[in-house]
Amino acid sequence: MADEQPGLSLDHDEHSQARRTFLKQSSLLTALAFTPGPVVRAAAAELDEKVAAAFEKVPLKLAVNGKRYKLQVEPRTTLLDLLREQLHLTGTKKGCDYGQCGACTVHVDGKRINSCLTLAVMQEGKEVTTIEGLAPGGDKLHPMQEAFIKHDGFQCGYCTPGQIMSAVACIREGHADSEGEIREYMSGNICRCGAYTNIVAAIQEVKNGGQRV
Amino acid sequence: MNQFQYVRASKPKAAIEALARDPNAQFIAGGTNLLDLMKRGVMAPQKLIDINKLPLDKIERQEGNIRIGALALNGAVAEDKLVLEKLPLLAQALNAGASAQLRNMATVGGNMLQRTRCPYFYDTAMPCNKREPGTGCGALEGYNRMHAIFGFSDKCIAVHPSDMSVALAALDATVLVSGPKGDRRIPFAELHRLPGDQPHIDTTLGAGELITAVEVPDNAFTRHVHYLKVRERASYAFALVSVAAALQLDGSTIKDARLAMGGVAHKPWRLADAEKTLVGKPATDETFRQAAEVAMRGAKAFQHNAYKLKLGPNSIVQALKNAAAA
Repeated sequence: MADEQPGLSLDHDEHSQARRTFLKQSSLLTALAFTPGPVVRAAAAELDEKVAAAFEKVPLKLAVNGKRYKLQVEPRTTLLDLLREQLHLTGTKKGCDYGQCGACTVHVDGKRINSCLTLAVMQEGKEVTTIEGLAPGGDKLHPMQEAFIKHDGFQCGYCTPGQIMSAVACIREGHADSEGEIREYMSGNICRCGAYTNIVAAIQEVKNGGQRV
Repeated sequence: MNQFQYVRASKPKAAIEALARDPNAQFIAGGTNLLDLMKRGVMAPQKLIDINKLPLDKIERQEGNIRIGALALNGAVAEDKLVLEKLPLLAQALNAGASAQLRNMATVGGNMLQRTRCPYFYDTAMPCNKREPGTGCGALEGYNRMHAIFGFSDKCIAVHPSDMSVALAALDATVLVSGPKGDRRIPFAELHRLPGDQPHIDTTLGAGELITAVEVPDNAFTRHVHYLKVRERASYAFALVSVAAALQLDGSTIKDARLAMGGVAHKPWRLADAEKTLVGKPATDETFRQAAEVAMRGAKAFQHNAYKLKLGPNSIVQALKNAAAA
């Protein structure tokens, strides 16, 4: 069934994903080769094997972009790493990984959060929306994505998924009434290319356009 | 990040018992500070007890106070109608902290318990008595521009980073705690410690204790309030100095005042003597300057934070002016 799938057997369009998948698999294999098994790690840390067993994967059910997943995750996996490494939703970016840049911004139960500073296992039963799930579907972009393109709201584009997720939340929260308010409520998203002026213009256009976001 | 066991608690009692049983366990709520510290190897709990499912997130009007559950999110509290109407100083302080995303994750209890942002505490290659007791203080002779000017010791000169706590200190809040020995109430001023000889202990919470709520007594500081936060960019940065100012005015005469500072000590720094000098005086710049002078008595700077001796009183005057004009 399409609505409950284990995280490691997600099927993708093999063609377009080929290079990305190769990179991921090769780095995964390297990582595995150098990582000792849990029992060995536990012995090194002077813990008993029972505890080591408990370190193993925890069941997790959550929905991402409307799809339900039944997964097994290691407790220390952040929501960001789950999305990128296990579900292969690489639109959400890892910038600083310490909650300082906002590149990892996603919506959980409709609220924007930093996915790098929360554990995947803490999202049991939650609905997650990432940049991949923002648009209404088909070839159509979300109005905020259109506005970012129109106003050149980026240069390198790395912070853009987080900026857009945050921008949509900013309007939904009712904090996009003035330039000053937008700047304040978008301050959790850093753009090192400095596209702030254009980002603010994009948000203002969507806000003033009165479209449903 | 180190490996750890993960358990979810559905009742406060179970959470408290689990924490009391295991000295290497930690509660996790929002996780915005704990996970940050775990990724850097500053903290390495062997067990995390997820308390997010505990029913502790309500904001309610009670007789004589407003009770805010420990798991209420910072963003939710800052936007709450009751808080905006009755505790605008708290709402301002919350909105001055972190970013919209982090405020949607961080809880009220976690905000109080966040660790210092002293770079020597964060850098595991540096000595730090708070992180590793007995190793010394890197900041004392180091790059100490963010550091304390009040209440420090020769073991630690770190500051407490919370904005919310500065407002709660000014508003005489009480922290409600449940633990293995039962429930107790801690006046906000007694929750955080000064570093002394034991800077690794941030608060007066006992083993296995869980913060369940904070109560803010009814007060008349609903209009003339201001939370001033001075930082190195316009938003999303920790305070160099912050001031929570609240006035009750009768015409232009100050009937009552509350004043506290952030970014200057190991705990939110209540300025009780300065408050006393304000009461009964006209709300003028001259009065505010006198209060600021009293507030700064006993302040001492290190090599790189002497600017705080000027920034501090100037910020107090500005916050009081803004509060009076609000």
